[in-house]
Amino acid sequence: MSTTHAPIAARTVDLGTPDVRRSWARDVGLVMARELRPVVREPFGLVFGLVQPLVFLGLFGPLLVGSTGGSDAIGPDVWQWFVPAILVMTTLFGTSTTGSNLQFEMQTGAHERLLVTPLARSAQLVGRSLKEMAPVVAQSLLVIAVMLPFGFSVDPVGGPLGLLLLALLGVGLGSLSYALAIAVRKQEWMFWMVQQTVLFPAMILSGMLLPIDAGPRWMQVAASLNPVAYVVDAERALFAGDLGTTALQGFVAALATAAVGLAVGIRTIVRSTD
Amino acid sequence: MIRTRGLTKDFTVCRTQTVHAVRGIDLDVAPGELVAVLGPNGAGKTTTMRMLTSLIRPTAGTAEVAGFDVVRQPAQVRRHIGYVGQGNGAGHQQRAADELTTQGVIYGLDRRAARRRTGELLEALDLTDLSSRKVSDLSGGQRRRLDVALGLVHAPRLLFLDEPSTGLDPHNRANLWEHIVRLRREHAMTLVLTTHYLDEADTMAERVVVVDHGRVIADDTPRALKRDLAGDRVTVQAAASAEAPRLATLVAALPGAREVHVDGATVTARVADGDAAVVELVRGADRAAVDVVGARSTSPTLDDVFLALTGRSLREGPETHDGDRAAGKDAA
Repeated sequence: MSTTHAPIAARTVDLGTPDVRRSWARDVGLVMARELRPVVREPFGLVFGLVQPLVFLGLFGPLLVGSTGGSDAIGPDVWQWFVPAILVMTTLFGTSTTGSNLQFEMQTGAHERLLVTPLARSAQLVGRSLKEMAPVVAQSLLVIAVMLPFGFSVDPVGGPLGLLLLALLGVGLGSLSYALAIAVRKQEWMFWMVQQTVLFPAMILSGMLLPIDAGPRWMQVAASLNPVAYVVDAERALFAGDLGTTALQGFVAALATAAVGLAVGIRTIVRSTD
Repeated sequence: MIRTRGLTKDFTVCRTQTVHAVRGIDLDVAPGELVAVLGPNGAGKTTTMRMLTSLIRPTAGTAEVAGFDVVRQPAQVRRHIGYVGQGNGAGHQQRAADELTTQGVIYGLDRRAARRRTGELLEALDLTDLSSRKVSDLSGGQRRRLDVALGLVHAPRLLFLDEPSTGLDPHNRANLWEHIVRLRREHAMTLVLTTHYLDEADTMAERVVVVDHGRVIADDTPRALKRDLAGDRVTVQAAASAEAPRLATLVAALPGAREVHVDGATVTARVADGDAAVVELVRGADRAAVDVVGARSTSPTLDDVFLALTGRSLREGPETHDGDRAAGKDAA
């Protein structure tokens, strides 16, 4: 047995008065920083998350150009119609799966450890959800950078607002994904079943890939109930420099999604110990 | 440091089935004690620990931990305890030092102090060289030591360890225990741990609380439990089988002798004090002219205690009762 270890009792740190006044915002910041650290240290994950949207851009985009380019619904510039939608798709795919990270931390024990710290439980959910903004914006900037040489243009005011809108949507979808992960923690396989069941209808009924106007009436009604559809329309408008009603409707939809997501997420994490 | 009265937890596993995981536990732990909660899988050990650490709410009863009520003051409880759960507390995508520093900041240290504390703990737990390594790249033993470090960042007065050495090989188990014992000695910390390693509970704990089917069925020092509930086993061998019945009569006359069995020339029995019994037996046999060719006393194990209490061995594996498994899935 070794006898050369340093003592475990604190030597250089005064631990006698660590009872700082806890701030909820500080807790949120701590959680957010912890979640972001691996993303910053290994940004390859961000690029990996772009594979699917870039495949759509590379393979579906040219089809779109050939089949519907110039139509009334899409307009003369297909990329100006399609790239904003791809940004929403990136957000949708990235944030809806983020609950699986929490699932992994629940399986390993890291989440449980955090639950026994003084961190407010609501702050743990909100911090994780707000973290989603960073990869969403970073990935969007990458997609925009890739598409600029192909003629995609970004309105100097609408573009940043479009990124803000994506960040808001990401917070809402991320919260819902975390809430789902916690809610189905006793049947983990349910997470992917529910996520996939919701993801694809939400994507198709948003008019992301093809105009909803070309679909039957029932699809148009369903799309009118889909907040992602409003965000897709708003992104197209914002990147084109239209800051009017369509953009406003998108912000209302994203804010509503964020509010509902956070409310459901906080309720789920707080009740998870009842 | 801990006081529970009638602590109870029921889980509804489906609409019609309720698992009574913990059934009215009364437990008092004084400051500075090292208490091992022992029991088979599903006995309610982990569920009890989860209630005491505010991870799950009791169905009934009360629990005060570090002076705070676990239901009404869970934030204060969390502030004052350290917890090392069954799983790995550090995020696998994080780096070891980052997790420790974040944990320090969570407990109110400023970032500089948290970094210094991180350095101390990494050094103390032989992890300094691994500080910048990703948690997923650490070995099982290293991860477990990191978990202990995470539980100690804020120098808690009370540390809960839920099966701290499960899954570790003997070398890593010994290494982890070396650290735990040392930290307790330095820190005068109260330790409450669950384990199903009988030797750990026997050698490390000052007090063993035996839990079965959600109830405390014994609570004492390992020595007292073994003495009172199991007793030492004496084995005496006569020179010939024909002399065994007379030897058995001598054995049965020993203080506290029970479970006297004769097998050929060998007589076994449980007695209160094995060493004294062997001396007494040899002398008695000499006086009675019984030729004894061998005599020995063996100490009982905690498994013998559990066997005496329940009629089952702790080594037999899990019972059908699955309260802990329900608890493990309950807290997100």
